[in-house]
Amino acid sequence: MADTSATNAFVEFERVQKSYDGENLVVKDLNLSMPKGEFLTMLGPSGSGKTTCLMMLAGFETATHGDIRLDGKSINNIPPHKRGIGMVFQNYALFPHMTVAENLAFPLEVRKIGKSEREEKVKIALDRVQMGDFGGRRPAQLSGGQQQRVALARALVFEPELVLMDEPLGALDKQLRETLQFEITHLAHELGITVVYVTHDQTEALTMSDRVAVFENGRIQQLAPPDLLYEEPENSFVAQFIGENNTLEGVVTEIKGGTCLVQLDGGGLIEAKPINVTRAGERTRVSIRPERVEFNKDRMQEGAHTLKAEVLEFVYMGDIFRTRLRVAGTDNFIIKTRNAPDQVRLKPGQQIEIGWLAEDCRALDA
Amino acid sequence: MKFTTTLLASSAIIGAGTLAFADAHADMAKEMTLVSWGGAYQASQDKAYLQPYLEMHPEISAVWDESSNEAVAKLRAMNEAGNVTWDLVDVVAADAIRLCDEGLAMEIDAEEMLAEAPDGTSAEDDFGDLLVSDCFIPQIVYSTTFGYRTDMVGDTPPTKICDVFDTEAYPGKRALEKRPINNMEWALLCDGVAKDEVYDVLATPEGQEKALAKLDTIKDDVIWWSAGADTPQLLADGEVVMGSTYNGRLFSVIEEQDQPVAMLWDAQVFDLDGWIIPAGLPDDRLARVKDFVKFATDTQRLADQSQYISYGPARLSSAPMVGKHAELGIDMAPHMPTDPANAKNTFLYNYEFWADYRDDIDAKFQAWLAQ
Amino acid sequence: MSDTADATNDTSEQAGPVLAADGTPLKRSLNRALRRQKLSALLLIAPLLIFILVTFIAPIADMLFRSVENQIVQDTLPRTTQTLAEWDSESGETPGAPVYKALYEDLFIAQERKLHTRLGSRLNYELTGASSLFRKSGRGVDDIGEVYQDQFEDLNDFWKKGENWNALLGSDAWLTEISGWKKSTGDVQPPFEMREGMAELLPETAEYYAIFADFVQNDDEDNLYKEDPWALIYSAFYDDLTGPTAAQIASYTGPASAELGEAAAAAPAFETVDYKAAFSEIDKDWGKTPIWGTIRAYSPALTNGYFLNAVDMQKSPDGPEFRPDNERIYGTLFLRTLFMSICITVSCILLGYPVAWILANLPARTANLLMILVLLPFWTSLLVRTSAWKVMLQQQGVINDTLVWLGIVADDSRLALINNQTGTIIAMTHILLPFMILPLYSVMQTVPPSYLRAAKSLGATNWTAFWRVYFPQSVPGIGAGSILVFILSIGYYITPEIVGGTTGTFISNRIAYHISSSLNWGLAAALGAILLAVVLGLYWTYDKIVGIDNVKLGG
Repeated sequence: MADTSATNAFVEFERVQKSYDGENLVVKDLNLSMPKGEFLTMLGPSGSGKTTCLMMLAGFETATHGDIRLDGKSINNIPPHKRGIGMVFQNYALFPHMTVAENLAFPLEVRKIGKSEREEKVKIALDRVQMGDFGGRRPAQLSGGQQQRVALARALVFEPELVLMDEPLGALDKQLRETLQFEITHLAHELGITVVYVTHDQTEALTMSDRVAVFENGRIQQLAPPDLLYEEPENSFVAQFIGENNTLEGVVTEIKGGTCLVQLDGGGLIEAKPINVTRAGERTRVSIRPERVEFNKDRMQEGAHTLKAEVLEFVYMGDIFRTRLRVAGTDNFIIKTRNAPDQVRLKPGQQIEIGWLAEDCRALDA
Repeated sequence: MKFTTTLLASSAIIGAGTLAFADAHADMAKEMTLVSWGGAYQASQDKAYLQPYLEMHPEISAVWDESSNEAVAKLRAMNEAGNVTWDLVDVVAADAIRLCDEGLAMEIDAEEMLAEAPDGTSAEDDFGDLLVSDCFIPQIVYSTTFGYRTDMVGDTPPTKICDVFDTEAYPGKRALEKRPINNMEWALLCDGVAKDEVYDVLATPEGQEKALAKLDTIKDDVIWWSAGADTPQLLADGEVVMGSTYNGRLFSVIEEQDQPVAMLWDAQVFDLDGWIIPAGLPDDRLARVKDFVKFATDTQRLADQSQYISYGPARLSSAPMVGKHAELGIDMAPHMPTDPANAKNTFLYNYEFWADYRDDIDAKFQAWLAQ
Repeated sequence: MSDTADATNDTSEQAGPVLAADGTPLKRSLNRALRRQKLSALLLIAPLLIFILVTFIAPIADMLFRSVENQIVQDTLPRTTQTLAEWDSESGETPGAPVYKALYEDLFIAQERKLHTRLGSRLNYELTGASSLFRKSGRGVDDIGEVYQDQFEDLNDFWKKGENWNALLGSDAWLTEISGWKKSTGDVQPPFEMREGMAELLPETAEYYAIFADFVQNDDEDNLYKEDPWALIYSAFYDDLTGPTAAQIASYTGPASAELGEAAAAAPAFETVDYKAAFSEIDKDWGKTPIWGTIRAYSPALTNGYFLNAVDMQKSPDGPEFRPDNERIYGTLFLRTLFMSICITVSCILLGYPVAWILANLPARTANLLMILVLLPFWTSLLVRTSAWKVMLQQQGVINDTLVWLGIVADDSRLALINNQTGTIIAMTHILLPFMILPLYSVMQTVPPSYLRAAKSLGATNWTAFWRVYFPQSVPGIGAGSILVFILSIGYYITPEIVGGTTGTFISNRIAYHISSSLNWGLAAALGAILLAVVLGLYWTYDKIVGIDNVKLGG
């Protein structure tokens, strides 16, 4: 997956390392390559190195080691203003002393583009983000969402092929964020630009990206399209970080064929799909998504392993029900069921049996 | 209106105080605020008058306030506020005249308030001409004169005041005070005006022009000073070749700091420094101050002061008692501006003239400076 | 929901005022609610407001009032200024005899109250020589009146004694009271009361005797009963005896009517006093017009004289005119003060900007440490710092010595860095620099680094990013710093006095001189008022050009 044929790579990180203090590596041996037109999200908790990667790409930080290439050319020694990369910042970074139109004209001005052409491009860029009427306003007179639209327009107005976005929607409320997520992806695809997008919001990452790179501790833990990332996490960090996840700890007792048997610490033996386990006796964390757990015997597949569970809490969430169970010694086992007419509403204290398909249950690293 | 009422009120208090004095000896205040110039001069007053007085009256406490150089303005402000906190103020004679004119200083009856000389001469006769204002109690005679760097004047040190204006013989900067007083007189003297006609000439616009024209010849070579400590410092640093200042300041540069500086005793301007009592003191404080002043300006005390500083005592009867410097042990008489050897050619400051012409000539002087 | 919507519709259809729930107009009930808030807010700031009023506004107002106040001439010479009003100052003649007589009366009272020398000092600001003229005249005025006093006393010993005068002029009730009064008892002296009819019989004598009595009783606090009258009383007495009311004396029958009659008979044959000649004898200036012109010009209670003086002008018979060239200083000084304050402000910007920039971009720890260094000058006395500059800048000073040692400057052509404008600008820049750095620093701190990054990512070079993006955002800091530095420097006087020589001094040095040295507080106040007006004017201009909301001291 990561080795998307090097020949048509547009952005490339090769063995990039970064350290600020000479003692700790913030980015450890980063390898990444993106084709033109891809929307790639760097996702991870704060301090995982994703923003540093973005800043190195933009040119505001220099790599301690390794090579960063843009369109086949190393850009390590090119100053930021010559890289031609558009950038959208978390706090928008709209120049407060200029009007919206002046903000947009700025990158064109420094590129010595003539006045009439400039005005035309500014108008097109503003119209593109539905801000055509706001050219004469100052940033302080705009709402957060409007400011972010302007920031986006400004990053696009000089037609860069690569646009970097550093948590651009972090400061907006949920509804606006969702609208803008759609608009940004839409624009990116329409214009065919390559986007590197940094966020710590996994929903954002999943809904917007072609591929997501999950960062943790200076490394990419997994780089994959959203569906794969969600359904086939390669390690327990990714499983835990992306979406809601139930984890059961135990020891592998047997591996055969495409499945393995895990003896849970809290009692019970379950079947799982071995991902990061190679031999019996190894400790493992078993990961199972809440929506793949079934308690209705009628719907359970034949031969499925079942576990006893006690209902602790039932939460009505509109489209789904979220039920917390005590399973194999853990109080934090969640199941999600769709709000369908025939759906059972569990009551706290109720004793049930739960089960799942072996291929939905992934035995990962401990 | 306000001025008048304050003044009326304060003179009423004085009147009451004078009457109360005779039978109110026991009601003297126990605190005194004395105002002086700070530095060596105030120290000499402290040692010669105040400490002996405090020994005689241990119950008294006295503080010095080093505000003499702004005494006139502060006294006026205090008087307007109706709260005079000073008991005795040391000022130069010209300021005493102005304070007296403004009604800010109390009039003094020398016969009644000041001690007789040991030989029975009345205080009025002992101070003689030096009682230049009704409010003024003289302490010392000082002179404003020139000092020069002995290592910067070659083999022929300056001997006449007019050498100050001779930039060819004595190249280098000169320090002059940033005001017309003294400078205008010296300029006229060196422009050929006879000594006793100086003020007559200076009273005319032509005379003033003449003086400024003379000063113009050395204007580029002058550093103008405004604090008494400036010239000694400029001389010690070698910034100027000669400069005017008070003779006591020069004494300390020459004798105490041992700098290569010498005095130019020619046409030095005699001036006086002394006490005034602020108008409007309450009875008890006034009584205390009168008691102190009588002691502090007697013949012995004024003579004692000259052990600490080279200013001449204002009483005739003190002159023979001038002795040696208290620390250096050198004879003080030859360093006194009043010593016959030094006073061969002195210039007498005309208070009346400057009281009248100060504003007028100062405006012209400042305009000339700014050109 | 629907109710409110209806209500809104109703009111918007109505032409009348919007009503609150209780039917009162909404505006009024809103005002009432706000008034309570405003009142409590006012109460909260009241201590500060009173403090500022008492310690700041009132003294300034008092000082400004002094720049036009001129009560002293009228107060000291009330009769003279009144009679002088009829004098034609352009006639070239000295005023008539009544003016001199009024002057005698005013001056006599003034010298008794010791007010004449103060008036002399005041008028000396306008006319050189007035100071000694009044001092001299105060001493001579006693002699003028003695001519009549001697004649009355020679006529009859009766007129020598204060008791007799009191018996003639005092009311019977008062005479009984005063004869029983003793100072030692501590009782208040019974205030003098005029005998009935005396004000008509002897109008002038009665008038001046009342003043005399008031002075003796309240100012001197002596026993009036035993006090011999002023010579002024005798002159007034003579005037009454030879004046229009003299005819009534024959019909007077009260106490001392015999002596009064005798005096009235003798008076017409007395030797008289020519007041004009007498004053001219005291000082020939009284026989010339300038002093009279000055007194008349400064008779009104308010004067523009100080302001004229402050802009190098003076009063003349033809109205205000410029002073002769050799007396003009204030215009030059005002311009110089403005020019040098601008120089100081500019050099503070040039030096302070990079420092503030470094401070704002360093980690907080280091920045705080360096900030202490910036503030360090505040911890040493101003005089010490200024004197240190003297040691640095003088011709035998550290800088010149170093330059000579390095061979950059020849020993005989050392640079003049002090006692001129250069010295003032260097020392003042140093002293005022923190006032530039602090606002700059706090404004720069609020400019996020992402702006510069954004600019660079948009293709701007370092310089363009700074000049187009960073600098405009730091302008409010420059504005605040400049206003601080400029206003502080415009009023500075200690440093220019010490290092400024003659060409580097400010208008404030002259103000200080007039406050503390020449005591011409009126002129000082006028200069101060002009300075204040100039600063306010510049502030207004700044507001018009840059906008005062473009000034930030931080955040």
